[in-house]
Amino acid sequence: MSQTTPSEETLPADVREMVAAATAGAVRPRRFGAWYIAEHQLRQMRSYGWTVVMSGIGSPLLYLLGIGLGLAAFIDVPVASGPDGPVDYLWFVAPALLASAAVGVTTEEFTYTVMAGFKWRRIFWGMNASPVSPPQVCAGLVIAVTARMVFVCVSYYALMVLFGAVGNAVTGLLIPVVGVLAGLAFGLPLLAFSAGISDDKGQFAMVQRFVFTPLFLFSGTFYPLATLPVWLQWIGWISPLWHASEAGRALSYGLGPGAWSPWVHVAVLVVMAVAGGVVARRVFVGRLRG
Amino acid sequence: MVAPVISARGLRKTFGEFVAVDGIDFEVPPGESFGLLGPNGAGKSTTMRMVGAVSQRTAGELRVLGLDPDTHGPEIRSQLGVVPQDDNLDTELKVRDNLIVYGRYFGISRALCAQRADELLGFAQLEEKAKARVDDLSGGMKRRLTIARALINEPRILMLDEPTTGLDPQARHVLWDRLFRLKERGTTLVLTTHYMDEAEQLCDRLVVVDHGRIMAEGSPSALIRQYSTREVCELRFGSERNADAAARLEGLADRVETLPDRVLLYTDDGEGLLERVARLGLHPTTSLVRRSSLEDVFLRLTGRSLVE
Repeated sequence: MSQTTPSEETLPADVREMVAAATAGAVRPRRFGAWYIAEHQLRQMRSYGWTVVMSGIGSPLLYLLGIGLGLAAFIDVPVASGPDGPVDYLWFVAPALLASAAVGVTTEEFTYTVMAGFKWRRIFWGMNASPVSPPQVCAGLVIAVTARMVFVCVSYYALMVLFGAVGNAVTGLLIPVVGVLAGLAFGLPLLAFSAGISDDKGQFAMVQRFVFTPLFLFSGTFYPLATLPVWLQWIGWISPLWHASEAGRALSYGLGPGAWSPWVHVAVLVVMAVAGGVVARRVFVGRLRG
Repeated sequence: MVAPVISARGLRKTFGEFVAVDGIDFEVPPGESFGLLGPNGAGKSTTMRMVGAVSQRTAGELRVLGLDPDTHGPEIRSQLGVVPQDDNLDTELKVRDNLIVYGRYFGISRALCAQRADELLGFAQLEEKAKARVDDLSGGMKRRLTIARALINEPRILMLDEPTTGLDPQARHVLWDRLFRLKERGTTLVLTTHYMDEAEQLCDRLVVVDHGRIMAEGSPSALIRQYSTREVCELRFGSERNADAAARLEGLADRVETLPDRVLLYTDDGEGLLERVARLGLHPTTSLVRRSSLEDVFLRLTGRSLVE
């Protein structure tokens, strides 16, 4: 099998013209293919735009109101401390809520949207027949979902500031970045898993029930991880949610006693996201080019 | 000589032990309407996927627009329009938006996409449905939209995999009419079908494919001339008696085929043959004289019927 490009001079004029047109036709898709896919996915999100906006603004509003006005007022005992002693419960819990909102986006977008693309509506196959390549289809989906997470995290952060749920509003500006990173650290391995599924036999509901919910409850979201017995703390250590919450807290009110450096948390998140992304990309290529 | 837009030599594709395409050779010159005719599972779609640069060949030579699909996939795909067997329109987007997002994959500007989308909606007779939801379209309209979408990049080759499967007769005729117009404009068409009438309507030249191999090649009329007689008598004696009757008819026609529900007699003079059948004292419950079709060619070549 010859792998070489036919050399220009030896070809007849009509072949040269075909090759030149094809070469020109692939320049932009090769460079921007992932962005075209993202554009499509974002257009599609408009059809459930109301859900996107509600989950971006409505649910943080409810959580912050409920916890800020209700639970926080009720808790007298200091739950967590910063460098200068005990901090507001709302300060403690808000970065974790933000991160879990980003992770929540991925439990929808990197599950059902992927299933729809490969199977229910088969739109990934349409993309596949165009000059766009399978890794670009994968990347485009990730870009679009990241955009949605950015929207969720930024609006969450704005509401946090409004509710006085942030210690230092300047360093806190990085909390949405950490939140998006948490979404990718959880979401990209999930994407790799979803892309390999050929029949939905309730796996996504299981992910929601047995992965996302336990993580939400046992990742030191509402109370410090150290409160849990040691045999349950491992859930936090492997949880993107815990790492993001801890990094977010450090950005909001500084490091409390015994806290890890935020860089360690960020590094863990990056490793999870990159590993998930590499596998997801391979699964996309394998499936679309099988 | 004009360079072919597609040329395959010894093209082969296997999935593990299974041989889907078993060393086929063909060439498609520009502007031709070329068909792959064969039953389901013959290897037509696999061949289309290799030509469409989305599936790597196992062995053999393949050039599409002078390029190797294994190394120049995006280049080749930028010049193709693909109409898949199963619709994969985005049902969450409006009809016109489906065309626009698809055009973007080719790097076409939004303004040009919008302009072409409007032209193509006209071509596909879907102007009034521009703002409709895809789910509200009929099966025939969805196919037309899929064809319009495949034309958004003004492709050199339009590839259609079973374009009218599942459509009612009227929708098929509308679709054939649209494809015929493209053919007249000089678009190269490559299509697979297991409908012989479709192949006769649309193809300048075709290959008959079975078990991953090419059984015959030629224009529909040449294939019929070569592998069948001018006319065919279809006689039905009732399923119990067909085989007995066929035995007595042996020698009366150029060739006799016994199918479960009828006996086919191949001859150049159908009416004359019917008279001779009557003279033998055989009285079929129904009899019909028709022109030979590609169905008869396929039956002759493979011993099997195309649509079963």
